[in-house]
Amino acid sequence: MKMHSELRKHIIDFLNKGLRLDGRAPLEYRKPIKVEYDISKSAEGSARVQIGGTLLMAGIKLSLEKPYPDTPDAGNLMCGAELIPMANPEFELGAPGLQAIELGRIVDRGIRESHVIDTKKLCITPGEKVWGISIDLIPINDSGNLFDASALAALAALKNTRLPKLENEKIDYLTRTDEPLPLSDAEPVSVTVCKIGSHFIIDPTEEEEKVIDARLTVASMKDGTLCALQKGGEETLTSEDIDKMIGIAVEKANELRAAL
Amino acid sequence: MSKLLVKDKDIAVPGEALAEGMDYLPGNGTYREGDNIHAARLGLVNVDGRAIKIVPLTGRYLPKRGDTIIVKVQEIVMSGWILDTNSAYTAMLNMKDATSEFIQKGSDLTQYFSFGDYIICKIVNVTTQMLIDVTTKGPGLRKLRGGRVIKVNTNKVPRIIGKKGSMVSMIKQATGSRIIVGQNGVIWLEGEDPKMELLAVETINKIAEESHIAGLTDRIKEFLEQQTGKQIELRTEEGEPNDVQ
Repeated sequence: MKMHSELRKHIIDFLNKGLRLDGRAPLEYRKPIKVEYDISKSAEGSARVQIGGTLLMAGIKLSLEKPYPDTPDAGNLMCGAELIPMANPEFELGAPGLQAIELGRIVDRGIRESHVIDTKKLCITPGEKVWGISIDLIPINDSGNLFDASALAALAALKNTRLPKLENEKIDYLTRTDEPLPLSDAEPVSVTVCKIGSHFIIDPTEEEEKVIDARLTVASMKDGTLCALQKGGEETLTSEDIDKMIGIAVEKANELRAAL
Repeated sequence: MSKLLVKDKDIAVPGEALAEGMDYLPGNGTYREGDNIHAARLGLVNVDGRAIKIVPLTGRYLPKRGDTIIVKVQEIVMSGWILDTNSAYTAMLNMKDATSEFIQKGSDLTQYFSFGDYIICKIVNVTTQMLIDVTTKGPGLRKLRGGRVIKVNTNKVPRIIGKKGSMVSMIKQATGSRIIVGQNGVIWLEGEDPKMELLAVETINKIAEESHIAGLTDRIKEFLEQQTGKQIELRTEEGEPNDVQ
C-alpha cells in the first residue's frame, strides 16, 4: 500500500468536484505571486519570489573563469540549489540530495536552452578568460512548487544583475557598473503541471506534492517556444497527457511573467 | 505592601514584572524572583484573587495526562508505534494499549496502524523525562480514515471547542462536517461535500485568528449563517465534549 493513500483519495474526491484542498480551482496559482528585486547587497543580482506561502531567494555571483574547452568563446553558467532545513523540516543539512540537484538542473536547463543569456558576449579573451555566472537558489519557506518559484526567481535575479567594475582584468566587487547582462527578451519561465488520477493541477501545495502520480516541468519562452522539459513522479504519461500539460503550462506561464 | 503592576487581561512579555510582594501567588506561566512575580511567557495576564497566571498566546503543545490528541505514525518498532504528537516530544503506543486482539510475535504491525496514518488516542502517562504513553482503547479512539488533517495554534484549541463543545458543534451543525479536535492542535475533519468542508476549515482558522476579540461566538454564528444561509441554534454537546461519532 502506498503512503498517504487516505490523503490521495481525499484530494481526488475534491478534484472530482473541481476543487482543491485549499479551495482553489485545479489550474489556479496561489496568490500573491510577487517578485522583489535587489534584496542582497553583496550579490551582483538578486530577487525574492513569493508564490502563496512559498518563499525563495535567488542570487547571482559573477567571476572571471577559464572557459570550458568545447566553448572557448562563451561565458560559463552554473546553477545550484540549497535546500535548507529552515525551509522545510524534511530537508537535511549536508551534501545536496536528489531533490536539490534536480531543482538546480531544471532551472539551469530552462535558462541555458532558452539562450536568454548571450554567452558569446560574456567572453573577454577567447580560450582564457570569460565571465562565469553562478545562480544560487535558496528556499526560505517551502510550501510546495519550488520548481516554478526557482525558475522565476533565477530569471528575475538575472534581469537585476549589473556587472561589477573590471580593472586590469581584476574584479572590483564593491563598484557596480550600470551594465546589465546580455539578456534577450525570451523570458523563459517554468510551469510544473502535475497529474493526480485523471486530473491535472498546477502549483501543488506541499501536501499535494506527496500524492501526485507524475509531474512535468515545462519551461517556455514569451513566444510560446518550449525550451526544456523534465518529467518526474512514478507513473507514466501518455502522449495526449503531455500535449495537454504543455498546453496548460504555456498558457499559465504568462501569469508568472506578469509578476516580473 | 503588595502591589499589582499590571491589569487583568494585559499582554505580558517574558521577564515582565507582574506583581510585587508575597501576597500574590505565581500560577502557570509565571515565576517568582525575590519578592516579585515575573512572566515566563508571552500572553494575557489573568488575575484570579491572589493567583496570577498567564494565558499563553503562542507556543507548542505541552503533553498532559488525560488529553485526547491526534497523532501521526512516525515509526514502527518491535513493541509498537512511535507517534508524532505535534509537540517537542514523540509518543509511544504499545501493542497492548493498541488493541485487545492477540498479536502474533513478529507480525506485521502496519495492518493495524501504518506509516503516516492519523490516530486519535488518549495520553495515559507523561513521565518527568517527557516519555509519553498513549492508548487507543476507549470510546471513540481509533485510526482516522478519510478526511483531512489541519493544524492550528494549540493555545486556541479551547476556543475552537467552545464551552461544553458549543463552538465545534455549531460548525458541525452548519456545515454538516464531521470534526474531531485534538488537544495538541491537530484537527481532523471531513465534510459532506468539498464546499462545506472548506467552509469548516475557514471557520476554524477564523476562530483561531479572532479568538482574542470579544463576542467571538456571535460573530462566528453570524459568519456561518451568512455563508450557509441557514439559521443556526446554539447548543452544547451532551456528554464528552468534542466526542467522536
